[in-house]
Amino acid sequence: MPKKITIEPVTRVEGHGKVTIHLDDNMNVVQSRLHIVEFRGFERFVQGRPYWEAPVLVQRLCGICPVSHHLAAAKAIDMIVGAGAGEGLTPTAEKMRRLMHYGQIFQSHTLHFFHLASPDLLFGIDADPAIRNIIGVAMENRELAVQGVMMRKFGQEVILATAGKKIHGTGAIPGGINKNLSPEERDRFLDGKAFPNIDQMIDWSLDALAFFKDYHKKNKDIIDNFARFPSSHLSLVRKDGALDLYHGVLRAVDAEGKVILHDVDYRDYLDYIAEEVRNWTYMKFPYLKKYGKKNGWYRVGPLARMNTADFIPTPLAQKEFEEFRAYSGGKPSNSSMHMHWARLIEILHAAEMMKELLHDPDLQGDDLVVTGEKQYEGIGLLEAPRGTLFHHYRINEQDQITMANLIVSTTNNNEPMNRAVEEVAKSYLNGQEKITEGMLNAVEVAIRAYDPCLSCATHALGKMPLEVTLVDNKGEMIDRKRTGS
Amino acid sequence: MKTLFYGYGNPGRSDDGLGVRFVEELERYIRAHKIPDISFDSNYQLNIEDADTIREYDLVFFCDASQEDIDGFCITPVKPSDARVEFTMHAVSPAFVLDLCRKIYGRTPDTRLLHLKGYVWDFKEGLSEDAEKNLQAALTAFYEMLPSLAGNKMPEIIKSSACT
Repeated sequence: MPKKITIEPVTRVEGHGKVTIHLDDNMNVVQSRLHIVEFRGFERFVQGRPYWEAPVLVQRLCGICPVSHHLAAAKAIDMIVGAGAGEGLTPTAEKMRRLMHYGQIFQSHTLHFFHLASPDLLFGIDADPAIRNIIGVAMENRELAVQGVMMRKFGQEVILATAGKKIHGTGAIPGGINKNLSPEERDRFLDGKAFPNIDQMIDWSLDALAFFKDYHKKNKDIIDNFARFPSSHLSLVRKDGALDLYHGVLRAVDAEGKVILHDVDYRDYLDYIAEEVRNWTYMKFPYLKKYGKKNGWYRVGPLARMNTADFIPTPLAQKEFEEFRAYSGGKPSNSSMHMHWARLIEILHAAEMMKELLHDPDLQGDDLVVTGEKQYEGIGLLEAPRGTLFHHYRINEQDQITMANLIVSTTNNNEPMNRAVEEVAKSYLNGQEKITEGMLNAVEVAIRAYDPCLSCATHALGKMPLEVTLVDNKGEMIDRKRTGS
Repeated sequence: MKTLFYGYGNPGRSDDGLGVRFVEELERYIRAHKIPDISFDSNYQLNIEDADTIREYDLVFFCDASQEDIDGFCITPVKPSDARVEFTMHAVSPAFVLDLCRKIYGRTPDTRLLHLKGYVWDFKEGLSEDAEKNLQAALTAFYEMLPSLAGNKMPEIIKSSACT
């Protein structure tokens, strides 16, 4: 008799995660689904509000990555005030925004690696969940935990210095930025008196990469083959093909590396990307129109960015990028666990970018804002920590927002996360009738590789767990396990 | 007694901003009255770097909105806890911050959690009427105990309080 397993909640995954696994008569996995309760209320909520409020309003959406939403909205509103699409700002404004963005990438990726991923690497995915966190890391390797804490702090301090406030930052405004970086603010990141400086951040980023690569050397099977599946990959890249997390053109490659979306202007995204609705979940499934719902889905995020970019424009990260690409024979990596590797390369790149920007005198400039002829539509994209983030607004004659469309990174990764869960379910659950802690952990590890922010994706409140349920072909539950139960 | 008040929550979600608002109001009062040795911080949520933030203090108050069945506001002691990570992967609890501080720095401040009861969690700025009342009641209680804190004494209300 076919059966179904459901897993909820997923620890260390923001938002409500519920996994349902269907088994056939022989107890083999026939289908698995990651259910996320998406609430699109935010897009309705901003309608009627003045457009210039958008960069601050959208921070209500999510306390996890407010900077990404702040900047994506600001880029869209730049278009509305006639300041162009990502390339028309003053050097001070663009570089301040970039510094803010790299601070966000740095702190977000750091949290993921040290708090969420490194425990799996230190203790193994079958380890007791009670120790699979940064406290467990601190007990095993205090220096590693201290590095994680101080790297997070550095990124947060960069955000504070550029956005002006930790909560509801106002740094990015329509057409530019509302402050520059004073020499005193800059020097805090260079002199190492208040906290370890940017050179230390680069060294620690290299240490984290070395830690991962050492683990990889000893555990090739799990890093290379766990939740591995072929897919297309999509991200912004700079016009010359470089990795650029703040601005660029949209590029997608298939699982073999063939370019299937050729560096298109992101303002035309609706010509290329659509979202499918499925009857078993409220979260949509974006796909490339040209390849249809079945074959047009793609991955976003650090792994996708390593697969789409031609090079990284900072020397240390470029060296790591070359090693990463060579490992897959120059072709895209389709291993979910390589997401950790890619994320660490981006931590290093973000640190190098911050150093470059901190030494750039443009950050002390006073020319902060540009305006031009008002437009009635604005589209802003950037590469958020978890992947490509789309903000799209239309306004009326009264300057009120009449339409908002947001495609958040986690929504872009909806299909890949489902695929990852299915791969793991087939490996760990085939032939089983009961859910063990090890199976539960494996499903978590697969989802966690994508660092989903279900708070953004669901636009929902509260702490949300993960549960796995096993159901037979008649829809009857035969087992259910919650993390921590 | 070197004291930190740390409010967290999202003020864009109505009463979820209670903790942050409490800290803003208290800071305004303390600056006006020039009371020394008290610092303030706020964020959307607590995270691992807050282990570094709290390590230099003798006394820390985390201030948060609460959906619990409590009467207005209450204060509970926080003990370090190495319990498993909360379901929310991108935020940690006061007990987790305290435990991380203990594990990596070898010390922990005396830590309390101020629970401020909220009712409305919509996408909007500003507190509900009932939450505002709870906020004012909590502020009044703290204004009264500030002289004790400034005199390096732990006020009785904090020592003995609990949420029941």
